[in-house]
Amino acid sequence: MDTSDNILQQASPDLVRGSDMARSAKAARLSPSFISWLQAGPMMLVFLAFFLIPLVFVVIVSFWDYNEYQLLPAFSGRGYTDTFEGCIAQLPDLCTIGKTYVKTLKLCFLVWVITLFIGFWVAYFLAFHVKSKTWQMGLSLLCTIPFWTSNVIRMIAWIPLLGRNGLVNSGLMKTGLINQPVEWLLFSEFSVVLALVHLFTFFMVVPIFNSMIRVDRSLIEAAYDAGATGFQTLVNVIIPLAKPGIVIGSIFVITIVMGDFITIGVMGGQQIAAAGKIIETRVNALQFPAAAANAVILLVITFLIITMMSRIVDIKKEL
Amino acid sequence: MKEGRPRSFYVLAIFFAAYVLFLYGPMIAIYMLSFQGPQGGLTFPMNGVSTYWLTKLFQGTGIVDLGAAFRRSLLLGVIVMAVTVVLSVAAGMAFRRKFRAQSILFYSAIASLIVPSIITSLGISLEFRIIDDLIKAHWNENFETSMGLLTSGLGAHLTWTLPFGLLIMFAIFNRFDPRLEEAARDLGATPWQTFRHIVLPIILPSVIGIGLFGFTLSWDELARSSQAIGAVNTLPLDLQGLTTTVTNPDIYALGTIISAVSFAVIALALGTIHMLNKRQAAKGSDAGKGLV
Repeated sequence: MDTSDNILQQASPDLVRGSDMARSAKAARLSPSFISWLQAGPMMLVFLAFFLIPLVFVVIVSFWDYNEYQLLPAFSGRGYTDTFEGCIAQLPDLCTIGKTYVKTLKLCFLVWVITLFIGFWVAYFLAFHVKSKTWQMGLSLLCTIPFWTSNVIRMIAWIPLLGRNGLVNSGLMKTGLINQPVEWLLFSEFSVVLALVHLFTFFMVVPIFNSMIRVDRSLIEAAYDAGATGFQTLVNVIIPLAKPGIVIGSIFVITIVMGDFITIGVMGGQQIAAAGKIIETRVNALQFPAAAANAVILLVITFLIITMMSRIVDIKKEL
Repeated sequence: MKEGRPRSFYVLAIFFAAYVLFLYGPMIAIYMLSFQGPQGGLTFPMNGVSTYWLTKLFQGTGIVDLGAAFRRSLLLGVIVMAVTVVLSVAAGMAFRRKFRAQSILFYSAIASLIVPSIITSLGISLEFRIIDDLIKAHWNENFETSMGLLTSGLGAHLTWTLPFGLLIMFAIFNRFDPRLEEAARDLGATPWQTFRHIVLPIILPSVIGIGLFGFTLSWDELARSSQAIGAVNTLPLDLQGLTTTVTNPDIYALGTIISAVSFAVIALALGTIHMLNKRQAAKGSDAGKGLV
């Protein structure tokens, strides 16, 4: 907002409006709110057509009926009943969907902890230890460039390193630490977590760095003058002030991992079940209502996690 | 404060270097492996050095109809880039004033960024299937499908690139000095002239950044395309299809080519941004720098 315009507006409403009118006849015909609509309308339409309406369809179709080969637009809970099949009967054991979500949440938690640790210290180094703006730019770019390259390539790039005859195994064999190749390096939960960390730590670094760069340096001086140790400054000054960035980064990482089916598919050798993977499997079997029902469940769980996390900070204020 | 570098600097510098190695190491490994001889395998040590696998891809004797997928991805990437830039700049300008539905647009963009891609992709595919059914039922029984690269595919990519574009615009206008526009207005510039001669030249480097995001995110996009691209595949989809049957280095060669395009675009964009910044610094105003 133009502050000076506001002040002028209060002082003399006619003057500002008058200059607006005089500026051009065309502008006078277009009211400011109409111009806003022109500017923001196209993007709103894209989100409406390709995001909001599709979401509504997901919810609607999740309540449709289906058979082996087609969608039947009739109300039915079959998508959900098929999904939760055996959940009551198998108690106290977990049914398939329950097991899948436990596994997905476990992967999610592991990736979250690791990306948070790496992301925090990388951001900390960039924000507090790199003093020159040029170096800061350069090193930030170095972290960003892989994000602009293909995720699939960054996944398959692990194959020559982690495979049976890969670099890691042959290296360990040479040093005599192991006698035969380690099997669980590739196409396992280990490789899935590794690849997810490799791909998505970036989403942690950026928001945390953004929060840290705004920390008033005189606060750190003050803490130092008050006799705080480096560790105390970190815990009592920097972490609380970086919290918004930590929460935003966490939301990114958690939602990406919750819905991921590609990394888990490629790096898990298509053997590991996960929440996003179920949806893909159902779609491939052309069971759209069941796929949509699973999408709704995933959406609700993701939304609950985000709501809990955004209680901690006001996201809108941070941007 | 203490002089010199504290010990924590060195510890963290090593940590940062290790992270960068972790980021780039595997990528560099497959770029190297794609330059093996004809007998090459999937792992080190390299068997000879040649461009055998790369040329094999170009001859089309390889695994997929690479040329067609390459052209499709390139076309889509350029269109996504153009649309992302125009829509993001326009919406970014709108957000500088209050307008109704402001928070709806903001939350749509954020939601579009964090709702799992598979859900968005599934929703778009359902939407287009339902549209197809309606067309078949009411207008044209022989209608094939409205799904395709430049309909559902384009839409799916935009749900991923537009939020980034909008967030970059927020960052730009957070640092933008509105007095420059006031000065232009005071000199009698129309709103369009103000935008064209004042705002746009200043924000141009960041706008190129938005274009870079638009193209590269589309060029590598997979999750949202998976259900919504229609009958044909983009390059990343072909690549993903190959991962299940990795037997020789052609997949690395394909990876190297896809990355080469990414790196060329990144270099072009960053070079342009650097040039524009230098030009701004050289031709910038000396206002506020004191009397000569």
